[in-house]
This record gives sequence, C-alpha cells and structure tokens, in this order.
Amino acid sequence: MTMKSSTRQVNGVTIVDLSGRITLGEGSVILRDTVRDLLSKGHKKIVLNLGDVNYIDSSGIGELVSAFTTTKNQSGELKLLNLTKKVHDLLQITKLYTVFDIKDDEAAAVKAFDK
Amino acid sequence: MCAERVSYTLDSTLETVNSAEETAGRLAAEAGFDDEEVMKIAMAVREAAVNAVLHGNAYDPGKKVTLAFERTKRDLVITVRDQGKGLDLSRVPDPLAPENLMKTSGRGIFLIRSFMDVVEIHPSQTGTELRMIKHVHGQAVNS
Repeated sequence: MTMKSSTRQVNGVTIVDLSGRITLGEGSVILRDTVRDLLSKGHKKIVLNLGDVNYIDSSGIGELVSAFTTTKNQSGELKLLNLTKKVHDLLQITKLYTVFDIKDDEAAAVKAFDK
Repeated sequence: MCAERVSYTLDSTLETVNSAEETAGRLAAEAGFDDEEVMKIAMAVREAAVNAVLHGNAYDPGKKVTLAFERTKRDLVITVRDQGKGLDLSRVPDPLAPENLMKTSGRGIFLIRSFMDVVEIHPSQTGTELRMIKHVHGQAVNS
C-alpha cells in the first residue's frame, strides 16, 4: 500500500492526513514534498496526522526528523498526531518520542499552537 | 533436526527491498511467529535489504543481493549479502547518542539489532554479509 497525503486548514493550522506506509521511496518523497510545499507557501503551523500510517521504516523515521527540523529552521512548528502503536513503539526505541511534540487529540494539537 | 533452506538472488533495486520484506513476512508467518514478531522480522529484513541495495551495491545493476532463509526447529536464520566494498563497522553511528538523535539516517542496523535475537555482520572486500536469527517462540538456543 502506497502512502496518500491530503491537507486541510483548521484555525490557521495545516493538518496533513497521511495514510499507508512511510518507507524508502514514494512514501518518504511524498512526505518530504508535502512539507516543503507547505513551508514554501508560508504554512508554518503543521500537524502530521499519522492515524492511518500503519508502517514506517528507518527511512520514514528519517523523513519525520527532516520534516521536524526543516520546519523548525524556518521558524515553524510541527507536531505529530494519532500515532499507531507500531509508530509509537518505533519512536520510543529510537528515543525520538520525547523529541517530537506528540498529541493524541486534534483539537488539543491545534490549540497547542496558541501557546 | 530437519532444516529447510531457500535463497534468492535479487537485483539492486527498490523492488528487491519490498520483495525481501514480503518474503520474510510470509516465511516468518509460516514458521509460526505471531503477528508482532512477523512485523519485526519483516522490518529487519527490509532494513538489511535497504543497506545491501543502497549502501552495499549502490544500485549497481551489475551487483546482486543474495537473500537466504533457513528454518530449523528452533530458529529462523536469515542472511542478506551484497557485493559492495564491505561495510566499515567503525563508521556506523550510535543513533541514540545525543549528537546523532536528529540525524535523518543511520538507524537501520540499530533497528535490526532491536528486532532480532542474534545479529552478525561480516564485512569483506567482496561484500557484506548480515546474518540474523530469530528464535522460534523466544527460545534460547544453546547449541
């Protein structure tokens, strides 16, 4: 299953709904292009909704790190939403769970940008 | 003990990575591993195949990746071999070190070690062989 991505705006925050696999190749490229496109258009409050992402490999993890860093370097902010158990466990063992700002409620994630 | 062995010679392509992962998942399920262990084994093989295709063979169409599965009563033994220059283990970073935490690559071997019971890496001038073992039902093997 390849990855799909769609974006929507909620109170000035861009929610990126991702589904499928974030792996080496197409999945990683779609994520990279989506975040770059958003940043180039000035959308710097980004939430990656990973609720329907059922698989991620080391390349995908690297792409999440890249998205986080790229956004931060452009004075933006990127949060992760709705991690599946598999993705949660991967971020735990790679010690990235505490690096990312992770939410399990969309409204709370959007509101968190106001702080 | 009766052992079953199957091996594949594959091109250095992204399709090989996906194919290796799928094959590993299927064989692990047939060996009786539960869903979570099947996922871990398949992912470890995926990461090993990525290393072989990208870093070992560097997508060279003249170089192949050999993938072998051996199933014994106690273990699933998986070997992934490339025809590259040989992995320099001293240059494999610790992805958990604070200075490496935000790097965008370098987690593949760490994940393989996390998911498998035994991992051996044998680099040589004619390629790198990565051998990994998952014990059936978590048994400790003393042989």
